[in-house]
Amino acid sequence: MRKLKRYLSNAAFGVSVLLLVSPAALVFLWMLSLSLKNELDNTAFPPIFVPDPPTLDNYREVFARNDFLLFAWNSVVVSFSATGLALAIGVPAGYGIAKMKAMRAAALILIARITPGLSYLIPLFLLFQWLELTGTLVPIVITHLVITVPIVVWVMISFFEGLPAELEEAALVDGATIWQAFRYVAMPLARPGITVATILAFIFSWNNFVFAMVLAGRETRTLPVAVNNMLTFEQISWGPLSAAALLVTAPVLILTLLAQKQIVAGLTAGGVKGA
Amino acid sequence: MASDIALSQAAAAETKRRRNYARHYAWFVVPAAVVVMAVIIFPWVFTLYVSAFNWHLGGEREWVGFGNYVQLFTDSRFGWAVARTLFYTGLAVVLPMIFGLAAALAFHRKFPLRGLARTVFILPMMATPVAVALVWTMMFHPQLGVLNWLLSQVGLPPSLWVYSAETVIPTLVLVEVWHWTPLVMLLILGGLASLPTDPYEAAKIDGANAWQAFRHITMPLLAPFVVVALIIRTIDALKAFDTIYVITQGGPGQASETINIFLYLQAFAFYNVGYASAVVVVFFAIIMLLAALLLWTRQRVKAT
Repeated sequence: MRKLKRYLSNAAFGVSVLLLVSPAALVFLWMLSLSLKNELDNTAFPPIFVPDPPTLDNYREVFARNDFLLFAWNSVVVSFSATGLALAIGVPAGYGIAKMKAMRAAALILIARITPGLSYLIPLFLLFQWLELTGTLVPIVITHLVITVPIVVWVMISFFEGLPAELEEAALVDGATIWQAFRYVAMPLARPGITVATILAFIFSWNNFVFAMVLAGRETRTLPVAVNNMLTFEQISWGPLSAAALLVTAPVLILTLLAQKQIVAGLTAGGVKGA
Repeated sequence: MASDIALSQAAAAETKRRRNYARHYAWFVVPAAVVVMAVIIFPWVFTLYVSAFNWHLGGEREWVGFGNYVQLFTDSRFGWAVARTLFYTGLAVVLPMIFGLAAALAFHRKFPLRGLARTVFILPMMATPVAVALVWTMMFHPQLGVLNWLLSQVGLPPSLWVYSAETVIPTLVLVEVWHWTPLVMLLILGGLASLPTDPYEAAKIDGANAWQAFRHITMPLLAPFVVVALIIRTIDALKAFDTIYVITQGGPGQASETINIFLYLQAFAFYNVGYASAVVVVFFAIIMLLAALLLWTRQRVKAT
């Protein structure tokens, strides 16, 4: 009797886990299914779930639009630049803020993180128009700094605060400059933190939509903007649209699968210490 | 007593030494400070300035002082946008909090394939919002969408999803819940992992059952983490833009026009940047006020 009760409770638990996880899995599987079927099967009702036979035609169609590769390249350039620049300035800043215990600077970074990205667009848009930079990738990279810099600084503050101070103090006593103590002692120790900051900054920059949506010209669209335009302006059919959507989000999903531990650490450290 | 004084002197010397260092450490922050000034502080100040003008992109520009704000508070379209945002936020906070808490408690237990299940569970949170919004759009299709087929399988009538003014906001909330429940789960799971084990052992010895242990140990200890998750979720829900814009662009009609969508349309569809800047200022104030309120709540939870 007791055994049965335990068995039942385990079964109930299994079912509830399945219910929690299945919406996540099913949406991505449906996306994959749509991208591998022809138009006839995609618009069938009742729906056809398993592509039979699967076809790569939708992917061929996406790549046949030669601008897709251009937009992919734009996305790569923007995300790598925005992440690289944010690391170059954000890692030392996180160190400085952690060392000075500059709570006001930290609060400023926090405010920048919680305000909507859209609210920075109007003044920056006017500025770029005035500087005649619209139509290049420069404004898009700069606006992405609005997202990447606060992430990097925030994650790095919490990592540097967690490091023991003794090692750097020993280095300072031995005659190292502050810069050397940072560069050769603190930074190598904070490498896991830098990895976390890099991954998060890259993902949020890659996923960003609204900045490029407003600032990009015909040639400077990033992938999220290009894919949205396929839906609204080009009215292309479901198969290629799903294929394109999957291609856009695939790098991020793969990165999440590979670096799950770092992402979780970064989001919870930033989050819990954050607010 | 004497040792107290010695200690406080040592502490004073320590702070003094820190201050001396502090000046040098300031250099580490300079490059970031320049960038933050340019892309964050400058927009704040400039937005305030622009909001005092009747300013059309590529057109007229005329000083109106607080005119935009006066217009905003009498603009019923904005009023509705605020009401919709509150409705959307309420739903998009409560539901992910419930599911996220349940999921965190589930993932805190050990079970086969837990790692894989957790990875799949957090995928929505990292996925590109525009890409998943497109898939949802296809799933919401009233005739050919897979969701109406699912409803028919369990004997429910088909829904118009985002194509009807009555169902559009709950439907968009559904996407938001799918998207952001994982973050709530992670934040609470982090809290669960940090709970001490001693009280549970003591409770077990005293004969408490699982529910009592949850009610009197887990819940109070977990409260601060739940509040943090609540703060983050509320702010994120207020800011929701990408999925709403991609799926409905505020439609049908204005049925899903939240503050953020209203702001976007004013600025970049009607080129009314002066008026839109006033919206930014008000929206910013609302978010800061809510954040302050929630932080204050957190302090109180911590204190008890």
